[in-house]
Amino acid sequence: MRSISIAGIAQLPSKLAEHHMDAAELVQAVTALALADAGIERKQIGFVCSGSSDYIMGQPFSFVMALDGVGAWPPIRESHVEMDGAWALYEAWVRLQHGDIDTALVYSFGKSSVGNVDDALGMQLDPYYVAPLGVSPMALAALQARALLDARFANERDFAQAVMRARLAGARNPNIPTPTATTVDALLAAPWVASPLRAHDAAVRTDGAAAIVLRAGGPGPKITGFAHRIEPHALGVRDLTTSPSARRAADDAGASRIDVAEIHTPYASQETILRNALGLNDRMLVNPSGGTLVAETPMVAGLLRVVEATRAIRDGAHRALAHATSGPCLQHNLVCVLEST
Amino acid sequence: MSAPVTQMKAPTRLEYLVHAGATTTTFLHSILKGQLVGRRCPVCHKVYIPPRGACPTCAVLCTDEVPVSNSGTVTTFSIVRIPFEGQRLTPPYACAHIVLDGADVPLLHIVGGCSVDEVRVGMRVEAVWLEIPQPTLATVTWFKPNGEPDRAVNDRGEVVP
Repeated sequence: MRSISIAGIAQLPSKLAEHHMDAAELVQAVTALALADAGIERKQIGFVCSGSSDYIMGQPFSFVMALDGVGAWPPIRESHVEMDGAWALYEAWVRLQHGDIDTALVYSFGKSSVGNVDDALGMQLDPYYVAPLGVSPMALAALQARALLDARFANERDFAQAVMRARLAGARNPNIPTPTATTVDALLAAPWVASPLRAHDAAVRTDGAAAIVLRAGGPGPKITGFAHRIEPHALGVRDLTTSPSARRAADDAGASRIDVAEIHTPYASQETILRNALGLNDRMLVNPSGGTLVAETPMVAGLLRVVEATRAIRDGAHRALAHATSGPCLQHNLVCVLEST
Repeated sequence: MSAPVTQMKAPTRLEYLVHAGATTTTFLHSILKGQLVGRRCPVCHKVYIPPRGACPTCAVLCTDEVPVSNSGTVTTFSIVRIPFEGQRLTPPYACAHIVLDGADVPLLHIVGGCSVDEVRVGMRVEAVWLEIPQPTLATVTWFKPNGEPDRAVNDRGEVVP
């Protein structure tokens, strides 16, 4: 494998609503920051890849409009995934393995404030059997959480503790809306929304953007493993209490001797599943940024985990794991392992 | 044997409240005042109208607001001769690229107020505004011939100065 480094990172602050900037303005700002962080000019970039969703942005071909912020003239090598930017990063990493180019710019943007994200995510579901039922992603996550409780792999206090940890860590993150202080008992006193999940068990949805510059060789954290795996579409054929796809992705990415992990948990109940599948334990620092429970920008959250893992290595960690998920009940999972150089 | 199922209905509906962004918002405000205002790229100095948040060539924010003229030159056009769902005008009519005086890129709009047979490359036109402006480019109903002599347009669709 060709050695690829994270040369530059950037994010725009995650906000509850970013009404001022359109997609091109978000992309211009965040890519300029990432390129400056890497010390690389736009014209030096060999490949550009982005992750976003028209269903989230509410505009057809929003990723094409956003290209105004990249400077796609003279014509550039460019690609897009209708997925979280973590998968755009994967595509760029694979593209750099071809060996003919040495740099890539990856970015993603999303706005949860313009529409109903749950309704948009419902469009991913089986169009014949599941989507017509109108079940919300939270109800599906609740089925998964219930399976965890029934199997005695977790209890509702575990969910509340995951929220507490996220809020305490998130209070130190200047790039997210300040989390509301609380206690585990106060959280447990809140009513169920889709039992056994409460409103606070769902991620706080935000607007934002993130970007990463990849470079073959050179300084910066090195990507030592990168993999993603997916599970069947039909929820009924899956064991919802475990995540074999996250486990396989972690194995393929060589996720061992990890100091810091940034994991993507759309729901608090999923932290238990991912900790088990990814082999995380209490000796590791998990989600020092606060993670996605305190700020989850659709299509950005996964890429931002890699940004945060890079920050952790810049702050002194030796090996960091970044995880992204997509689809209902952790259907699709990606793991990227970074190592300091 | 029972009749085959040939279709199922699964209606979906997603609603959005999309914000125009900073650049388009200032453009729509200018429309409400009866003005066409573009933005200039600080690097290549091109004036875009409608304005764009970032220059698509240079990838920098276009911050300078530049008023452009109500008049311009047709650089290419097509006559729409077929009806379709949601059509605002009755065919035939001309949609055209119009480079407004003071702008560097063409604006896509309608040429009206004349027979479609009169529409030609190089034709000089001017904006016809609704009496009560709305925050939309459709506040300019179309562009009509303004009677000035034609301008030369080169093979690249640029108005020869």
